[in-house]
Amino acid sequence: MSLSVRIIPCLDVTDGRVVKGVNFTDLVDAGDPVEMASLYGLEGADELTFLDISASVAGRETTLDVVRKTAEQVFIPLTVGGGIRTVEDVDRLLRAGADKVSINTAALSRPELIAEIADRFGSQVLVLSVDARRARTDSGFEVTTHGGRESACVDALAWVEKACALGVGEILLNSMDADGTRAGYDIGMITAVRAVSKVPLIASGGAGTLEDFASALDAGANALLAASVFHFGIHRIGDVKKYLAGHNYSVRNVHTV
Amino acid sequence: MIAILDYGSGNLRSAQRAFETSGQEVLITSDYEVALNSDGLVVPGVGAFAACMQGLSAIRGDQLVRERVTLKRPTLGICVGMQILFSRGVEYGSHVGVGVWDATVEKLEAPILPHMGWNTVAAGTGSSLFKGVEKESFYFVHSYAVKEKVGAIPTMAHHGEDFLAAVEDGIIAATQFHPEKSGDAGLHLIKNWTDSI
Repeated sequence: MSLSVRIIPCLDVTDGRVVKGVNFTDLVDAGDPVEMASLYGLEGADELTFLDISASVAGRETTLDVVRKTAEQVFIPLTVGGGIRTVEDVDRLLRAGADKVSINTAALSRPELIAEIADRFGSQVLVLSVDARRARTDSGFEVTTHGGRESACVDALAWVEKACALGVGEILLNSMDADGTRAGYDIGMITAVRAVSKVPLIASGGAGTLEDFASALDAGANALLAASVFHFGIHRIGDVKKYLAGHNYSVRNVHTV
Repeated sequence: MIAILDYGSGNLRSAQRAFETSGQEVLITSDYEVALNSDGLVVPGVGAFAACMQGLSAIRGDQLVRERVTLKRPTLGICVGMQILFSRGVEYGSHVGVGVWDATVEKLEAPILPHMGWNTVAAGTGSSLFKGVEKESFYFVHSYAVKEKVGAIPTMAHHGEDFLAAVEDGIIAATQFHPEKSGDAGLHLIKNWTDSI
């Protein structure tokens, strides 16, 4: 008996539609998040993540609807991130059917939000999303905002340690240097964050080859999040799992569609 | 009719849908009489032990569960909804639970906590809950658990150390994992439970 590594596809959603292209031939509507979530569920995704990038209030309301519909059809854990600023925002998402929420910018500007959410709903609902890049800080890694364009002037490792003390249940570590490059996860960054935290660690940004997934696990990641390699069909989730199972990583039973 | 007890914990809607896949009518309720008279009662739960017990007590859920045990009516606890069925929990101080079983819910000793994700179990001998899904994985998310075998048919799992993943004890059962979030295996287990009531 051992805990399986988790493979997590991430869908960027705005105004109820998936953005960043998706290129599955077996989808009726490639922009429908519910249909995509359902398909990933069938393919063996261990969790799903929706990142709400809507800029408007109406867009966020639509996301609640998407969460509702997804939770009614897909019986695996669903994490929703994007635009969460208050305990009430979390409450609305959980009631709509999210199992976890991820917070990022709001926690940077007001770290007490972490403790407020953890106290009310438990640490297990709270994923801290850290957009980090290499920089000349104490640890060599800094936190960024605005999709990696601006520095938050916060050392990434110090931030992770602080957030863990405040009660986050999990860390989603996005490498802004590696994001979208498909050149591999930032192994040094994963190793460094693993060393200062005892909560589960999800690696994100840079997944390209099947070997990349294994390298991130070797560095200490407990789960692997990827977007484009799955959306564009470069790897199917089943293929990643088969590869990992073949290299003696514990994965949940592989289903093929 | 299956009743899912609503005492303030978050995501009940997807639990309702998951239990509906068994073909049963499923109601979310905090009404004492409705819950007492349902064919099967599901006690969910998220968050800390004490907060959960507080929410449960506020709708006399502790008394409800004990009455159902006395009346031999099927009841299923899930996650913290399992933990509060024990006599004691030590999350943020020592707290009294419903007391169906005499054991303490303690913090797991493991390098990474919470225990979050899909894990396999060693299904207890004679288990009807795990029939057909003995080798499958289930979705766990918790840092606390009971560390001893309790009840007629205990099912154990391992994260850092052995802990109680499920109990089947006559009319009352419980799972530390979330069957409603455990994909097809979880839905199969839910069907096993609803078929048994």
